[in-house]
Amino acid sequence: MTDFRIVEEPEILEGSPTPITPASKRLTRGQLVRRRFFRNRGAVVGLIIIGLLVFLALFGGYVLPWRFDQRDTGAYYKPPSVRHWFGTTQAGFDVLAMTIRGLGKSLVIGFLVAIIQTTMAALIGSSAAYIGGWYEKAWLWVIDLMLVLPSFFLIAIVSRGGPRGSYAWLLLVVLLAAFGWQLSARVVRSLSMSVKEREYVAAARFMGLSTPRLLVRHIVPNIASMLIVDVCLGVGYAILGEAGLSYFGYGVQAPDTSLGTLISEGALSTTIAPWIFLAPASLLVLLVMCVNALGDGLRDALDPTSISGGQA
Amino acid sequence: MVKYLLLRIANYAVLLFIAVSLAWVLAQTQLHPRQLFEVRNPPLDPQSIENILRAANVSDQVPLWDRYVTWLKGIFLHWDWGSTPGGADVGEEISRRIWVSFRLVTIGWLLGTFLGVAIGAWTAVRQYKISDRVITAIVLLLVATPSYVTGEVSKMVATVINKQVGFQLFLFLGEKSTGTLPDYPLAELVDRVQHMVLPTLVLTLFGLAGLQRLQRGLMLDALGSDFVRTARAKGLRENKAVMKHALRTALIPTGTYFAFQAASLFVGATYTERIFAFQGMGIYGVDTISKQNINGVVAVTAFGGLCYLIGAILADIMVAFLDPRVRLS
Repeated sequence: MTDFRIVEEPEILEGSPTPITPASKRLTRGQLVRRRFFRNRGAVVGLIIIGLLVFLALFGGYVLPWRFDQRDTGAYYKPPSVRHWFGTTQAGFDVLAMTIRGLGKSLVIGFLVAIIQTTMAALIGSSAAYIGGWYEKAWLWVIDLMLVLPSFFLIAIVSRGGPRGSYAWLLLVVLLAAFGWQLSARVVRSLSMSVKEREYVAAARFMGLSTPRLLVRHIVPNIASMLIVDVCLGVGYAILGEAGLSYFGYGVQAPDTSLGTLISEGALSTTIAPWIFLAPASLLVLLVMCVNALGDGLRDALDPTSISGGQA
Repeated sequence: MVKYLLLRIANYAVLLFIAVSLAWVLAQTQLHPRQLFEVRNPPLDPQSIENILRAANVSDQVPLWDRYVTWLKGIFLHWDWGSTPGGADVGEEISRRIWVSFRLVTIGWLLGTFLGVAIGAWTAVRQYKISDRVITAIVLLLVATPSYVTGEVSKMVATVINKQVGFQLFLFLGEKSTGTLPDYPLAELVDRVQHMVLPTLVLTLFGLAGLQRLQRGLMLDALGSDFVRTARAKGLRENKAVMKHALRTALIPTGTYFAFQAASLFVGATYTERIFAFQGMGIYGVDTISKQNINGVVAVTAFGGLCYLIGAILADIMVAFLDPRVRLS
């Protein structure tokens, strides 16, 4: 594949004596976005680290020297060493292996919540803008209603009374997503308001396209760049939200574990064994930082009015 | 203008009422205070358990609607927010804790807001210089750090410092020391300050991080706008153009943010309260859930909702006040 290809219709101005051939060949939008993204060093580093963390979470069990449920008898409360890179816990478990296991759950929850809540925001926001009338009023009212309540306490109430077991974390995903879509839906709505006035939307409607199809095929794709950024930043919020709930014991329940659970357990012994707290805490901060940097980079690359600098 | 605001307030009142009612239903159906008494040893008589639960209006044998009516009557007729399953008054507890939260968050919030705006505006003026890049990187780190991590780390650092200086310079358990204080002038004040430094630092960093990002972005937009360029072209000094023209415009959205944050802080400082053992509103909310205190958690939710709506109204007023386009129309 060549580095760039010519756009289907080269720009030729009528009336000019010679067709204008651009000095450099024109780029497709995808290539432009890619170039602008890769120019942002922070975002690229973020992407690489997220990739590494996902790899570790998936295959950590095969790569790392210890397994999370493997007890090293004789190494209790040992600080980081060559044998245990991040030290051991009171019961002799390897902190690194446990952290990577918790990381896996945090990643799954983060991505699932972000995807679900952005999908909800896209469907509700765009349909509210497109259909209008009472439908729109009702949704705006629901959004206001859900923003009034402190979601933290409500999620805690439901997740405390909810079922236990190895799939209990799925309820947490649903709850986090259910209280996370409102602000994005408002943004989607205001963006869709301008898209729905375009001629091609009117044309599609006159051709008899049904409303759901019109929304999914013609309106949502036009706000896709906002949605991509929203998913990315949503991952960070969801991971922090889950960790915050788990910190108080209302999030991921044993036998499952997440970064938040590990942090709250580690916080109990910061004076004697700070590494048990510091390992999951620093991994959480690193992960959220990378996700945020990636989101910022994507926004700058996708936003045509962005002044992120440099030439295309 | 006044009519508009009154309409907004009426709308918010209805919203709050429905929201709190929903929270009440959720709490009544999901929490089970009966369990608290059933695990007692020696076992309690089922009838006396029922009496205790009925006294607190949380018995699951009374129809939900009847409980709801009792609860509403208590609030609207006597301003009584109910009692815990143990019989303690919820309203009393909350009115005490509001002040604890207030003392905890005020300084940190004001400091965080001021520093956030100042640093945000300053870094925008110095975009892409070394100072801007360093501060932006630090803020990126702070934004990704939840306050329980900042809190624990600050405690760990303070412990090391305390050991180095040889006495308890930083204290981090509660609002003030229990027991007798050393005998020197202003001993009580010094003791309180020693307790306040770390939580205030945590809250300041938290507020600063969010606002710096917001203010820097707003300020960059304002600096690039035509009216600032015109002001400069007409010969206004850069300082004056930045302060009077750019910053003033860029402060309008910050005003809204400021109002919202002021309200959310009362229940939002939960982690800080937990780490530094302050008995404030946030930690009360968490405790009520683990102690099956239905009336308590509903009252906290109502208080949180009220704070949010006061913030929303303040934001409306602030925008109307700061933005000439809204003020004059």
